[in-house]
Amino acid sequence: MNFVIPSFAPAMPEIVLLVLASLLLVADTIWSKRYEFATYYATQVILVVVGYLIFESFATEQVITFSGSFVRDTFGDVLKLFIVLISLGIFLFSKEYLLQKKFYKGEYFTLGLFGVLGMFVMVSAYNLITMYLGLEIMSLAIYAMVAMRKDNQFALEAAMKYFVLGALATGMLLYGFSMLYGATGEIQFSKMAQVIASGKADDVVLSFGVVFVVIGLAFKLGAVPFHMWVPDVYHGAPTAVTLFMGTAPKLAAFAMLYRVLIEGLPGLVQDWQTLIIIITVLSLAVGAIVTLVQDNLKRLLAYSGIGHVGFMLLGIVAATPDGYSAAMFYIIVYSITGVAGFGMIVALARTGNAFDKVSDFKGMNKRNPWLALMMLFVMFSMAGIPPFIGFYAKVTVIQEAVRSGFVWLAVYAVVTAVISAFYYLKVVKTMYFDEPDENTKAEPVSRQLNWAVSFVSVALLILGLMPSSLITLCYNSL
Amino acid sequence: MIFGFPILSTLIWLPIIGGLIVLFVGRDRDQLAKWIALIVSVLTFLASLPLWLEFDKTTAAMQFVERTSWISQFNIQYYLGVDGLSMPLVLLTTFTQILVVASAWEVIKERVEQYMGAFMIMQGLMIGVFVALDGILFYVFWEALLIPMFIVIGKWGGPNRVYATIKFFLYTFFGSVFMLVGFLYMYFQSGSFSILDFQAMHLGMTAQILIFLAFLIAFAVKVPMFPVHTWLPDAHVQAPTAGSVVLAAIMLKMGGYGFVRFSLPITPDASMALDWLVIALSLIAIFYIGLVAMVQSDMKKLVAYSSISHMGFVTLGMFLVFDILQNTQSTQGSMIGMEGAMIQMISHGFISGAMFLMIGVLYDRMHTREISAYGGVVNTMPWFGFFAVLFAMANAGLPGTSGFVGEFMVILSSFKANPWYGIVAASTLIIGAAYTLWMVKRVFFGPVSNDNVAQLKDLNAREFAIMATLAVAVILLGIYPAPVIDVMHTSVENLLIQATTSKL
Repeated sequence: MNFVIPSFAPAMPEIVLLVLASLLLVADTIWSKRYEFATYYATQVILVVVGYLIFESFATEQVITFSGSFVRDTFGDVLKLFIVLISLGIFLFSKEYLLQKKFYKGEYFTLGLFGVLGMFVMVSAYNLITMYLGLEIMSLAIYAMVAMRKDNQFALEAAMKYFVLGALATGMLLYGFSMLYGATGEIQFSKMAQVIASGKADDVVLSFGVVFVVIGLAFKLGAVPFHMWVPDVYHGAPTAVTLFMGTAPKLAAFAMLYRVLIEGLPGLVQDWQTLIIIITVLSLAVGAIVTLVQDNLKRLLAYSGIGHVGFMLLGIVAATPDGYSAAMFYIIVYSITGVAGFGMIVALARTGNAFDKVSDFKGMNKRNPWLALMMLFVMFSMAGIPPFIGFYAKVTVIQEAVRSGFVWLAVYAVVTAVISAFYYLKVVKTMYFDEPDENTKAEPVSRQLNWAVSFVSVALLILGLMPSSLITLCYNSL
Repeated sequence: MIFGFPILSTLIWLPIIGGLIVLFVGRDRDQLAKWIALIVSVLTFLASLPLWLEFDKTTAAMQFVERTSWISQFNIQYYLGVDGLSMPLVLLTTFTQILVVASAWEVIKERVEQYMGAFMIMQGLMIGVFVALDGILFYVFWEALLIPMFIVIGKWGGPNRVYATIKFFLYTFFGSVFMLVGFLYMYFQSGSFSILDFQAMHLGMTAQILIFLAFLIAFAVKVPMFPVHTWLPDAHVQAPTAGSVVLAAIMLKMGGYGFVRFSLPITPDASMALDWLVIALSLIAIFYIGLVAMVQSDMKKLVAYSSISHMGFVTLGMFLVFDILQNTQSTQGSMIGMEGAMIQMISHGFISGAMFLMIGVLYDRMHTREISAYGGVVNTMPWFGFFAVLFAMANAGLPGTSGFVGEFMVILSSFKANPWYGIVAASTLIIGAAYTLWMVKRVFFGPVSNDNVAQLKDLNAREFAIMATLAVAVILLGIYPAPVIDVMHTSVENLLIQATTSKL
């Protein structure tokens, strides 16, 4: 038997992250009593180190290791870098939130790190088993994070819902995976693609497999009709956790979709394209219409997120490399905007008041004009109004849909964009045109959060004025 | 470009950066905010003068061009330039801005820095719309403009302002997204977002029809044309005075400008096939909306409807070319219609601006716009009465004022196309005079109707200066429009060639 030691170098960021996160888990139990924020700072340092490792060895070509179960390429590295950047922001926001809500625990950050590890594995998975592994690492970490607030029944309900439905989705996905394996006899994506191309695979089993895989993916992305959990879980979870699961995992889920459908099943593009079109049409509709009646900002952002997933899927529907790049650009932009949006709620949250109703923003322009302006940036960016980056994200995916001949879908999408502009406008209206209630007094926002929110929101504008580099990055990574 | 100095970029960014500065330093320092706004507006106006002075009237090519790559991945460029069609509109914008800032001087008391900042940013974006030569860049300016206007109407407007501003935003947004899809489609056919490339590219008939309709929705909402005009009266009535001025004087022109920059040159065959649609809608606007204006009891609403009616001449004049070509086998006759439309845009900018400022003067004193609340104002405000009657006459199209020139040219041209068009269009001379003069009669003449009117004070120096400036502009353009026509002549000629050359 000939055993070759695999090359560990491509997986170095993951290995380092795993080791450091495990060490931190132990260390946290020791030092948490004495040094309150040690775990938080250590987490941020670990993320910076991992980010540096990726940046320093940035992949320019595809490297496959661990017997074809792990891949390192430009696509993955770009996504990982953004996951790191976004997580840095998330943890910064979370620390203040947890302190204010008085359930600051080191575990939040170690769990978060494991979540990031799971996302990394998903991004770099090159066979079905590794993919499943990554998904479970990430999901389990997030289930636990949602349930962290033990005294809050909504959080517990959300956690339960998320866990049960998440498990169901994983089950579907796994079922689909097993069918794909059954039909092709392979678990590695590129080999699956070869078998399918050669026509040796059983078509019926394959089709069933594709359906289940797409359902599982739609669950994880929160696309209609598998979106029911999204608003409840986003709403019930502590806002810091909503911030976490609403942003970075979307990148990982996108990577999963890309690896499985596009790298693994390119021969079945006709099959999954139709499914994705249906999902896109429904997601756009729900994202535009159901959101109209939401008066809780977290639910509003959750529903609007469903619409954003629909927009992202437009790029997938295009089924061209440029389309996938556009989808990637969209999902990255959405995650950044999500950090700004949920981060704003976190920043404004105060003890005893969740500050997550739209009406809480009444007259904010009077109390805090600067933050009101930042929130305006976020809202208009999400609505896709230039000059904010959200506009270019929408333009690129619509453009790729038009290029592939889906003009009707593009027209449909822009109409939903107009409808959805209404609720973003409603938030701006509440901030700028409504008089503040008597009892909502100006509460000082901590300096750190003020800077963080401002930084992300202004970035939406700056990126919007100079979108070229980010677009080029996404287009060159595929 | 003189000495390689980027005039157009200056015109865009000077007010925007000025506006940001006002936003940051002007909080609770109203005087400072106002002075910065005024100084920047004057500087921008001065900076725009070289456009006029250095303009080469003998060419239809773009002038003062600036061009650099912006989003290289999609070949989107930061591409600016003006020709005879856009240059007068740029000057109209910089000119109006000074009056806008001055008109708010003592009136706006709440969050002055945000008000001034919003208007200054708006100015930069409006100039951007007129000078952008890249489709996406144009769209960015076009859409970004909605944000400050949304805030201005919603924050400083009347009692029903929130409804009005959301309606305004959604109508315009709805219109423009189709234009965006049209741009994207053309990008894949031509490989570039440059508007000049769009104009030069070949397009099949089906594609042209669809793109034409997409443009029509976008620009018809903006102009606004019947039946998508309903946002305008709401927005105008609720907007603060300066907001109405900017809306009427400049933003509506963006729709007209869109027709000459996009619809006619890019989709000439579709324009020819569907010109009946635009002509019919324009005539309905001129006639029916004129009648609607007559029954208004709110002065601002009356002027808003009269704006729609007058903008009907703009779209009418632009789309007569095909009928005239058929009747006379030459485009010479349509020249006068097209130029009339362009003049009408400039003139309407002055007159509607003046009308709204006038109503603003009354509203600041009496806090009502109901016609019935007034009567005999001329007895207490003689100077104001003088200007009001002058502008009312201009609005009614009295010869010697700028209102006459454009309408007369379009009416002349429409008789060439089809006498019936001419007859309907000429009806405005009666209807327009009726609703304007009737309003003047009820508001200004007769005995002093109540105590409030009796206590009115006449114009102060600031208001007098604003009114006098506009009065000079209206009369000057009315008796000597030749310089403006000269400037646009070559470009209009070129436009007519583009519009009548089949792309099939």
